[in-house]
Amino acid sequence: MYAQLVETGVKRVKSLEEMSPEERNFQEKIDAEIKIEAKNWMPEAYRQTLIRQISQHAHSEIVGMLPEGNWVTRAPSLKRKLQLMAKIQDEAGHGLYLYSAMETLGADRDEEIAKLHSGKAKYSSIFNYPTLSWADMGAVGWLVDGAAIVNQVVLQRTSYGPYSRAMIRICKEESFHQRQGYEILLTMMRHGTQAQRDMVQDAINRLWWPSLMMFGPSDEHSPNSAQSMAWKIKRQTNDELRQRFIDQTVPQLELLGCTAPDPELKWNAERGHYDFGEIQWDEFYEVIKGNGPCNQERVATRRQAIEDGAWVREAAVAYARKQQNKNAA
Amino acid sequence: MHNEALIPYLLLLGDSALVQGQRLCEWCGHAPAIEEELALMNVGLDLVGQARNWLEYAAELLDDGRDADALAFRRDERAYRNLLLVEQPNGDFAVTMTKQFLYDAWHYAVLRGLAGSSDERIAGIAAKALKEVTYHLRRSSEWVQRLGGGTEESRQRMLAAIPALWRFTVELTTASDNEVQLAEAGIAADPSTVAAAWLKQVSDSFASVELPLPKAASHFYLDSRKGLHTEHLGLLLAEMQFLPRAYPDATW
Repeated sequence: MYAQLVETGVKRVKSLEEMSPEERNFQEKIDAEIKIEAKNWMPEAYRQTLIRQISQHAHSEIVGMLPEGNWVTRAPSLKRKLQLMAKIQDEAGHGLYLYSAMETLGADRDEEIAKLHSGKAKYSSIFNYPTLSWADMGAVGWLVDGAAIVNQVVLQRTSYGPYSRAMIRICKEESFHQRQGYEILLTMMRHGTQAQRDMVQDAINRLWWPSLMMFGPSDEHSPNSAQSMAWKIKRQTNDELRQRFIDQTVPQLELLGCTAPDPELKWNAERGHYDFGEIQWDEFYEVIKGNGPCNQERVATRRQAIEDGAWVREAAVAYARKQQNKNAA
Repeated sequence: MHNEALIPYLLLLGDSALVQGQRLCEWCGHAPAIEEELALMNVGLDLVGQARNWLEYAAELLDDGRDADALAFRRDERAYRNLLLVEQPNGDFAVTMTKQFLYDAWHYAVLRGLAGSSDERIAGIAAKALKEVTYHLRRSSEWVQRLGGGTEESRQRMLAAIPALWRFTVELTTASDNEVQLAEAGIAADPSTVAAAWLKQVSDSFASVELPLPKAASHFYLDSRKGLHTEHLGLLLAEMQFLPRAYPDATW
């Protein structure tokens, strides 16, 4: 789940009676689980919300390469290096086909990327945290990709066809990344030294809460959820998804022999779910606003890459044009 | 005797692929377009995979208890046998692609020779690698053309990149006595065939966009076949080898 707090621009969900015939026809298709395709009529707010959501997701894939790029030159074995390189390559691929899905809505990739670089567009808050040890490569794969999958599995049924199909493909690769991440941690815990086991626990301590924040604010503070749910852009609420993630992750945490930095985390037999402590929402909103530990570095790195590469892209275009002219002559 | 000659040759192949792959990892998040993020990492992935195959074979022949990881992560720079070319810093995209192209043209010619090696293990690794490197060479030669024939700026950058790297190409067109003997035994790629194929590929690609071909590089003090590297390799290895060096008892 790489989209948080996606604005719908809609104050209140309309009832069918209040809708124009076009809108009603659109909503009835959605209610009947018929996918909306690029050429179909859609309300402008639906289109804009999807552009924001898909671009946020795409930006997250690309920015998400940076915390891993921090360790790919220092991976501790050939096998781990190859795994991490393959994961990073997959993420660049995810970014590309998400931008393509977004472009089917009439948006322009370069314009949306410019919004990322100006700070106008968001990406997942999680990538504003630093990766401080090799164990973070395991913890990111396990927790961050794990949280992403919980959301994306649901988004495979999202109402917009191109986005839904992108999610189906991405989910397969993400679950592979998650298993690899977990295996990195398991190896360190079971076969490693005390220093390595300390690294794993430290990584979990730092990334646990930020991973839970990936699901976005709790339902009562999620003003856009109702409309997104009605459009089936979103299919379950933030709190439902967060609970599912915690429920499936805690047994894995126990298998590792590690603990979560949450003294209130415990099984509630009555609810059939784990109870957990209060998330530090102040921190979440600060990070979203740009005040997290790495926001400035992440955006600056991306902006620099695209600025430094301008002459390369210009050369490619100029060369292609010359070849075309040559062929036409 | 046979192994004594073969091991340094396997290290030349494996270390060059590894160091080139490591340099490509440094591009992560900094490439000029997302398509290039994908492509640079993809080429790097192929090369590190190939390096693992060569180093595993070298480790078996060495038979001193070290495996491919020990060779990659615990050897000092004086024991590394990679080409001086690939350890050079990435510079701008023109330097990176010129470096890649000069290496690919050599790599492709070497692997073509090795695919017919009398050593079956080498022939097998080379045949698989050749498929990957065929694509690497196509890609990097296309970039040489785009940058050489693109805009005035890209051309100026190519004109600066080529002479900066050219002196290291002497290693691509010369061979040690060791390699000559291995080639005569049908094990290694024939050095004169490699040199001729390399020169033809480079001169054709340069000529296609009117990039001047410098005169043949001459031998100089440093020589990777003797473990005499530029200052850049030590720093590259310090970064790459950090974890296994800092935690010698660890299992990753």
